[in-house]
Amino acid sequence: MGNEKDYLELIDGEKKFRHIGTRPIRPDGVDKVTGRANFGADFTMNGMLHGRVVRSPHAHAKIKSINSAKALKLKGVKAVVTGKDFPTLDPSDKAVGEVTVSFFDMSRNVIARDKVLYDGHAVAAVAATSPQIAEKALALIEVEYEVLKPVMTVSEAMKKNAPILHKGMKTSGVEPTPSRSSNVASRAEFKLGDVNKAFKEADIIVERDYTTQTVHQGYIEPHACVADINADDMATIWSSSQGQFMVRALVAKLLAMNTSKIKVIPSEIGGGFGGKTIVYLEPLAVLLAKKAGRPVKMVMTRDEVMRATGPTSGGHARAKIGAKKDGTIVAGELEMEYEAGAFPGSPVGLGCMTGFAPYNLKDVSCIGWDVVVNRPKAAAYRAPGAPVAAFAVESAMDELAEQLKIDPLKLRIKNAAVEGTQAPYGVKFPRIGCLETLTEAQTTDHYNSPLGPNQGRGVASGFWFNIGGQSSASVMVNPDGTVIVATGSPDIGGSRASMALMAAEVLGIELHNIKPLVADTESVPYSDLTGGSRVTFATGKAVVEAAEDAVNDMKRRAAKIWDVDFDQVEWKDGSACCIETDVHKPMTIADIAAMAGKTGGAISGKANINAKGAGAAFATHICDVEVDPETGHVTVLKYTAVQDVGTAIHPSYVEGQMQGGAVQGIGWALNEEYVYGKEGQLQNTGFLDYRVPVASDMPMIDAIIVEVPNPGHPYGVRGVGEVPIVPPLAAVANAVSHAIGTRMTDLPMSPPKILAAIDAE
Amino acid sequence: MADVVIPIEVARSFCEGKTDHRVDANNIRDLVKELSKLYPGIDARLNQGLAVAIDGEIFQDWLLEEVAPSSQVNFIPAIEGG
Repeated sequence: MGNEKDYLELIDGEKKFRHIGTRPIRPDGVDKVTGRANFGADFTMNGMLHGRVVRSPHAHAKIKSINSAKALKLKGVKAVVTGKDFPTLDPSDKAVGEVTVSFFDMSRNVIARDKVLYDGHAVAAVAATSPQIAEKALALIEVEYEVLKPVMTVSEAMKKNAPILHKGMKTSGVEPTPSRSSNVASRAEFKLGDVNKAFKEADIIVERDYTTQTVHQGYIEPHACVADINADDMATIWSSSQGQFMVRALVAKLLAMNTSKIKVIPSEIGGGFGGKTIVYLEPLAVLLAKKAGRPVKMVMTRDEVMRATGPTSGGHARAKIGAKKDGTIVAGELEMEYEAGAFPGSPVGLGCMTGFAPYNLKDVSCIGWDVVVNRPKAAAYRAPGAPVAAFAVESAMDELAEQLKIDPLKLRIKNAAVEGTQAPYGVKFPRIGCLETLTEAQTTDHYNSPLGPNQGRGVASGFWFNIGGQSSASVMVNPDGTVIVATGSPDIGGSRASMALMAAEVLGIELHNIKPLVADTESVPYSDLTGGSRVTFATGKAVVEAAEDAVNDMKRRAAKIWDVDFDQVEWKDGSACCIETDVHKPMTIADIAAMAGKTGGAISGKANINAKGAGAAFATHICDVEVDPETGHVTVLKYTAVQDVGTAIHPSYVEGQMQGGAVQGIGWALNEEYVYGKEGQLQNTGFLDYRVPVASDMPMIDAIIVEVPNPGHPYGVRGVGEVPIVPPLAAVANAVSHAIGTRMTDLPMSPPKILAAIDAE
Repeated sequence: MADVVIPIEVARSFCEGKTDHRVDANNIRDLVKELSKLYPGIDARLNQGLAVAIDGEIFQDWLLEEVAPSSQVNFIPAIEGG
């Protein structure tokens, strides 16, 4: 055990696993479906106060003054905080890791200082004895603004005389550094070969502009937390997030506290999709609790979630592809501008790196511009940056196939990235399953079925890196032989079940004897947050190693009891067995655990790792739509998602990730967008007006799992959570384009846009 | 000597636009030290928001990862996720 090569040989040799690949009921399932599970807003404490946030009604304004005197006089109001209560941070203070963050900007996003930069930007926070009193107090906090002209789109923001959001911000990544302040924060460029020369060799070139709008992650559970701080300045935070250690680190940084003085207890999480990889309420709640001397609970309304959290960038992309007559692509070019929101940091660089990644291109150029606008600061959203880039590239691929009269899957297969292909960001791919998803898609009944009138079929592929990172796990053997598996990774997609399955596989015991749990920041060593499709891969790897550590501990105990050498003991089907003699009967995990006190004390295993070897993910989606030519309404008739997942630990939750990502992408393609008024106020702040797809809108999403094992994981796992949102934008757009006979390049493809496209024909 | 590729933006700031380099080093820390001898200040920049890929394997946090004479080393933006 412990040798990745051995495991992979077993996988490639089709070794039958006992647990991996099975579909047991998730350990947290019953609590969730019966409403017993505790989410962020469910926690209460004695003497708890209720916090609310005063938010800017303006998209862009200077704060001239804030007067909270009237609010503090209101009976029941116990504390008010503003930006002045926060420590001053250095503008150059940045953290590099899973997410590169400027703490200076993050602090100003949590609460505004001299300027508000978007409708909904937090200006002050109040804590009171009831939610009603806190609400009343909001109106008593007087904020005087000097309203400035907002800048709402990248095209406005990039104009020479556009109002500037951050005086002194110069575009980085260009030489020489500009002397004037700009809303363009940075330029990123990735280049292979000589793209200009390569385009000259092309027989055919397709080139077009594509646009998308700001969209929200759309998690159902709003941001929520409770904070308490005692007389010794020891803070405890209960919150719904994608990382309890992330919350601890950011609160410590933003409030200049020692990490050891903050304990974060994770609640269940009702959806995150990247949007809960950041803090909004927690620092405010801690400061309010400190001022008031009582615990403070804060829960966002949906209006606040939409106005002040998330979203992901809208943007513009220009894609150009050159090919030979036989379909061999010779050159690709992509230039994109993404909205960063109010502070720099859109995922445009990741868009540049991913757009052409499914293809084997020797000459490619991708340029990205990160542009600030008066919208909420963009947060991560499943495969950040990739869907918009894929929308442009995969639409262009479709157009190329159309012009060359080649089947769109055949065109992709001809040019597919394989092991050894150099990605546009310069790195050569190890073993990948891009081609396998394409060939699998080609053989589906779906792809080979006929279409009716007003119907169209679209295909698209997508890529996501997947990441590893730091994970910790503890495997604790109880006196009766049952086992607790503790990790520091919040379960947002069924990871408890996956952790339990991998532990059961190593330990060789029944799954129901394993209890997986998500531990707080003081009960398990540090883990990076749940994001980047990393948990089943990286935390799973830690669980496997911790379980192996526990097995070795139990083998040592058995050797001691039998008075034989350690190497005379092997672990088989949950028991220690003596190899060379049958004098000693095998000892089960329960037998060994029962004797733990006599053999050295409690039995456990641990692993603290920085996981390397995350295998890249590829997916190919097929979408059939029918367009009503009278109303422009699009019905998704059939949808198939094919994805290389490495090895599916729990196939049902892998399929769930594929289906969920596909549906979110369909929403992005057809319905979702932030609608702003003239002065920059968000108009659609609820799920009635911001229309995410619901079950009745969707057909069954057929999920086809392809397994090309990842050499970097003991069981061959690849991350699965992000890549399924990459292809849908283009898959749907290509389907609609074929249904109406006009290429759709502007998302969302709402009925008015489709009718206009039909009328323009 | 390992083949090393640094991002265009970094190359423009420190190496007059030269992105491709050949460096003799046994690990990434020493490789960066060697680069900084030629291009003072580049070590701090490479430590800021960049991951490294050695023969296709990406390391978000890097320090002592081994580099072979035949290795292909790419500095790339650190990858975040959702």
